Amino acid sequence: MATTADQYAPESLVEGGKSYADVNEDISKPVENFPTKKWWVCFLTAVFAFLIGATLAAQMFMQGLGVLGLNQPNGWGTFIVTFVFWVGIGHAGTLISAILFLFRQKWRTAINRSAEAMTIFAVMTALLFPLIHTGRPWYAAFWLIPYPNQRQLWVNFRSPLLWDVFAVGTYFTISLLFWYIGLIPDLASLRDRAKNRIRKLLYTFLSMGWRGSNKNWSHYEVAYMLLAGLSTPLVLSVHSVVSFDFAVSNLAGWHTTIFPPYFVAGAIFSGFAMVVTLLVIMREVFNLKAYITLNHLEKMNKIILATGMMVGYAYCCEFFIAWYSGSAFERFVFIQRAFGEYWWAYWIMFSCNVFIPQIFWIKRMRRHIGVMFVISLFVNIGMWFERYVIVVTSLNQDFLPSSWALYIPTWFDWGIVFGSFGFFFIWFLLFVRALPSLAMAEVKGVMETGNEH
Amino acid sequence: MSTENTKNETKLAGVIGFFKGPADTLKAMEKVRDARWENYDSFTPFPIHGMDEAMGLRRSILPWFTFLGGLAGATIGFSLQYWTSAIDWPLIVGGKPMNSWPAFVPVMFELTILLAGLSTVFGMFALNRLPNTKKAAFDPSITRDRFAIVIGPKEGTSKGSSDEKPFDASEAESFLKSLGAQEVKPVYDEGWF
Repeated sequence: MATTADQYAPESLVEGGKSYADVNEDISKPVENFPTKKWWVCFLTAVFAFLIGATLAAQMFMQGLGVLGLNQPNGWGTFIVTFVFWVGIGHAGTLISAILFLFRQKWRTAINRSAEAMTIFAVMTALLFPLIHTGRPWYAAFWLIPYPNQRQLWVNFRSPLLWDVFAVGTYFTISLLFWYIGLIPDLASLRDRAKNRIRKLLYTFLSMGWRGSNKNWSHYEVAYMLLAGLSTPLVLSVHSVVSFDFAVSNLAGWHTTIFPPYFVAGAIFSGFAMVVTLLVIMREVFNLKAYITLNHLEKMNKIILATGMMVGYAYCCEFFIAWYSGSAFERFVFIQRAFGEYWWAYWIMFSCNVFIPQIFWIKRMRRHIGVMFVISLFVNIGMWFERYVIVVTSLNQDFLPSSWALYIPTWFDWGIVFGSFGFFFIWFLLFVRALPSLAMAEVKGVMETGNEH
Repeated sequence: MSTENTKNETKLAGVIGFFKGPADTLKAMEKVRDARWENYDSFTPFPIHGMDEAMGLRRSILPWFTFLGGLAGATIGFSLQYWTSAIDWPLIVGGKPMNSWPAFVPVMFELTILLAGLSTVFGMFALNRLPNTKKAAFDPSITRDRFAIVIGPKEGTSKGSSDEKPFDASEAESFLKSLGAQEVKPVYDEGWF
């Protein structure tokens, strides 16, 4: 019997006539076999990249923040740029797991697990930066949290920087729980497949003794839906609050009301690009092409196209308002952004985020693996530069021309940013080794096997 | 490991019947419900849409956990900020009043979501008796691709109401077979280890 959902999803979500047992087999295999050479090469590269960043960061802690490109008036640099970049990357995972779930988009089942994992690791990576950019992270961690203390001071609840602590902290906690809840039935699958005793023990603990009873599924499904409902406003709030870090200040170029929706659109845009980058590699390496199909990737490319135009609209709108507001400072900052010292950063941003994704209007390009992979990399570069443009070009020419100065990142800036990619990939590679990278129970729920009702 | 325990010594948990797929399981479950067996449940690799109605389950009370958690979050969020900013250490920041409540909204919102989410997750664990350390899976194939219905005796000491059909192993076995179960066998309560 055809359900309503079938009418909206004419193509089958899983290709190649797979059975339920095939799903278990195909998705559990990479977790159960010894890691491949390809995996080791990727993992050791990631560790190496992380060590470069960690070494430079250690030296920075010993010598001080002077080793960075920071100066007056550029008090924020690549660290804040990269923080916003990684938090933004995370947003696609929650969009896929929560918002697409509420909209009953069944195709999300093939990608939600890895996208949620990406969210968690991206937020973990992001959280490193506000801490290390203080130069003394061992203090920062204690000063951010309100608790009775020896200094007899409370945190400033009127500061967006503190709202950020709560927003990102909540986001990380809820994303992690949502991800774990989704994992429980799949961990039970791995437990029931396990032959090795230690392995069985480990997955029995992790799956909390899940048995798939319908009395449990009943509460489980309600919990899943409620968490999706809670995550939806949460994800929209997180990048809005991040944008308040800028928008609540009085600096020209930052003090705009378009920032929250503009940041959220940009976050989803960059996040989807990162999901495409990761999935194109993952489906190749783990042979998951029957599950992560071209249809899935095409849908994501459509979202990239749509959100890319949203950020394009925001870029143009900012320019228009800078002129229309009649504020001389605002106008000056925007002209300087596009045609001043940092024109190159602005046009990297504009080309990568607005011009290049237009290729996705052509169906053949949306379905071409090589094309989408390259475009997704461009989008990631473009979105990093978007934050660079926002942070640097507003700070470097503030209201007092005598204090203007250029911001030139040093090797410490670049090395630590590079290291953050290593940190992210270490976690992601461990994830694909130890946990099912596709939501098996959910994929089975949307398969057509001839006995669904 | 309780391998020295023979099956006869352990408690009978019920009779399990395996069905062909989700649709067959759902149809069979409706009959099990209508026959008013005193205790029954289905075990499936993924949730089957409509199974709650087929089993006659009431709607989950979990949303109340979420609601109360959210309410607590909002209250704690406001009280914490009001008390620290206006009572314990009143400090004028940016010329705002001590109780500058609009500036407290973001943290209130985040704490509402945080506590609502935490109470949803831990409420679900509590309602589902997770972590389940005592009852092992009936069959390892259930989390892979098999759909089962278990009819068993009522748990605990409470007596079933008079209109419920009391559990009887051989009767349940033939009943499940009559519903089209492909395989029927008794299952026992066993621990994981």
